[in-house]
Amino acid sequence: MGSVKASIAYIVLASLGDVMATIFGINLFALSGQLLVGLINGSFYALLSLGLAIIFGLLKIINFAQGAMYMLGAFFAWMALNYLGINYWWALILVPLAIGLLAILMERFLVRPIANEDHLYSLLLTFGIALVLQGVFTHVYGSSGLPYQIPAELKGGTRLPFMYLPNYRAWIIVSSLVVCFSTWWVIEKTKLGAYLRAGTENPQLMQGFGINVPLMTTLTFGFGVALAGFAGVLAAPVYSVSPDMGSNILIVVFAIVVIGGMGSIGGAILTGLMMGVVEGLTKFLYPEASTTVIFLFMVIVLLVKPAGLFGKEA
Amino acid sequence: MKVIKKSLLAAAMSVVATSGVQAAGISDDVVKIGVLADMGGVYADICGQGCVTAVEMAIEDFGGTVLGKPIEMVSADDQNKPDVGSAKVRQWIESDNVDVVTGLVASSVTGAATKVLTDAKKIALISTSASNAFTTKACSPYNVHWTYNVAALANGTVKPMVDAGKKKWFFITADYAFGHALEGIATKVIESSGGEVVGAVRAPLGTTDFSSYVLQAQASGADVVGLANAGGDFVNSLKTAAEFGLTETVDVAGLLVFTNNALALDPAIAAGMKATSGFYWDFDDQTREWSARFKARHGVIPSMGQAGQYSMTMHYLNAVKAAGTDESDAVMKQMKMTKPDDFFARNATLRNDGRMVHDMLLVSIKDAASRQSSDDIYNVEAVIPGDVAFNPMLPECDFK
Repeated sequence: MGSVKASIAYIVLASLGDVMATIFGINLFALSGQLLVGLINGSFYALLSLGLAIIFGLLKIINFAQGAMYMLGAFFAWMALNYLGINYWWALILVPLAIGLLAILMERFLVRPIANEDHLYSLLLTFGIALVLQGVFTHVYGSSGLPYQIPAELKGGTRLPFMYLPNYRAWIIVSSLVVCFSTWWVIEKTKLGAYLRAGTENPQLMQGFGINVPLMTTLTFGFGVALAGFAGVLAAPVYSVSPDMGSNILIVVFAIVVIGGMGSIGGAILTGLMMGVVEGLTKFLYPEASTTVIFLFMVIVLLVKPAGLFGKEA
Repeated sequence: MKVIKKSLLAAAMSVVATSGVQAAGISDDVVKIGVLADMGGVYADICGQGCVTAVEMAIEDFGGTVLGKPIEMVSADDQNKPDVGSAKVRQWIESDNVDVVTGLVASSVTGAATKVLTDAKKIALISTSASNAFTTKACSPYNVHWTYNVAALANGTVKPMVDAGKKKWFFITADYAFGHALEGIATKVIESSGGEVVGAVRAPLGTTDFSSYVLQAQASGADVVGLANAGGDFVNSLKTAAEFGLTETVDVAGLLVFTNNALALDPAIAAGMKATSGFYWDFDDQTREWSARFKARHGVIPSMGQAGQYSMTMHYLNAVKAAGTDESDAVMKQMKMTKPDDFFARNATLRNDGRMVHDMLLVSIKDAASRQSSDDIYNVEAVIPGDVAFNPMLPECDFK
């Protein structure tokens, strides 16, 4: 009896294996490769949407300059290398700091004066800043893009059973996941994070407890934008360093934040990764729709769950 | 009385008629050239401000006047939008006395602009557009297409590779009119030379990440992966192909490469890649002399579109001078009668369909070690005679 059971199980498993090898005529090996490259793109989306979600979730500012800051990150990395001889690894630390500093100045002198106005004002302001930055960089560096090499330590790749994985792409996944989840952990699980969340919930009360809320706001804005700078440095070796790289990606990232739920930190990370995979699969199954699929997803989510997948109902 | 009236009328008519034939000189006492191009978008570097500079140089070298009248230039940004471009052209013709429109980059804008120009019987001097439609299915007696077109790119780059045994092709194509045209014409060349196309993906314009498409190309078993795209799409797709090891196992052919794109690529990635170009600055003394003057003003070596822009503007001004008028029909006739011959146009003729047929260059991108300077990017592998590079004229486009 036992052996009959075992052989039935074997037959079922074997035929399942056959089915699994090709689903609807799609090669599973190819599919795994596509899933992995989707995840890599998702890492960028996660980093960028995390920055946006922090800034919106904690400060209620819709930062349209996030894409421009991502572009700036890539350009700063290029400038650091070509004008100052600073290599990739240092750029990975210094550029986000520089961008964060820039963001702090931007918050202090441009965003704060209109902080009490309608959200639309900060949206328009940051959108304007993005256009100015993109225009200036197009004027100075042209629109063709600049070359930036993959650092020597990360050249080459590993041959996996289903694809060739360049080492640099593996680095993108690992480093962005580490940054994303440590950020999430700090905000959601530590005392500092609790202050931050409380400070945005009720600034007067927190100030009564002796917490410098305006300083915290400024630093949070700086950090959220620095994440975009970090993503920019990560992107420089693999994508063309060009003035329009930020505007290309920004709208997608906004859609991701909306899908995840405006202001949900963990939601932004997970949705970023998920949408990377969804887009990757679309590129494989029906490439023509790959730039649209995320927006389609957004429409459906907004219809079914207007607060977003991970957002709390307002 | 009646007789006098009749003869007066006849005299008046004959005056009108003769003035029509002689096309009295220069209209509005000025020859005005309108330069329409993408000034700040994805195609700004391949023509843009550089085309404006090229036209300025041509006007200066011509002496600033023709038939005793001043030559002026106006320019505008078409933002790669056909509606913006055609509105500008209409304004230029109707209220700004513009005689000829040039620049003309994105094929979609050129398509819209040439329609307006043809309706108004004004000449379009096309410098940088790729589509071959302007001298085939959308041909017009007022179109002049100078630098290159998709047919020349396919004949120049694709055919020699198929002949050398690279039979199986896979395309990564920009998903809009230009990409489709390039893929279509390259496919024809491949099939007529005994090769086959084993697959293609259509990547939306401005795709950031090509890794998914590169994996598909890798799985296709092709000998050659053709990149039927341009600008940033080309740079990004080639970078990704190299990163995923595609360039180690198969040939990657860039079907439309401008020097600006080659400058934006790491030589380690791009070295050895072949491309067809209408011009290269370091070809001989003549090209070097002009290119040095251009670079001194513009800061960057000229793209093929910008060099073509100068050559074409000069040919136009010479034709105005020889015809004694800026009236479009007379100038077109004169332009087609005279063979273009300068640093850009070699063994050239301007055919009746408006296609300027000239020697094209098959180039390959140099590796880092053999570059003498940062601008030293190409090896010229072969000169492709014009009648090999360009497709024959269609009978319905033979505007005498």
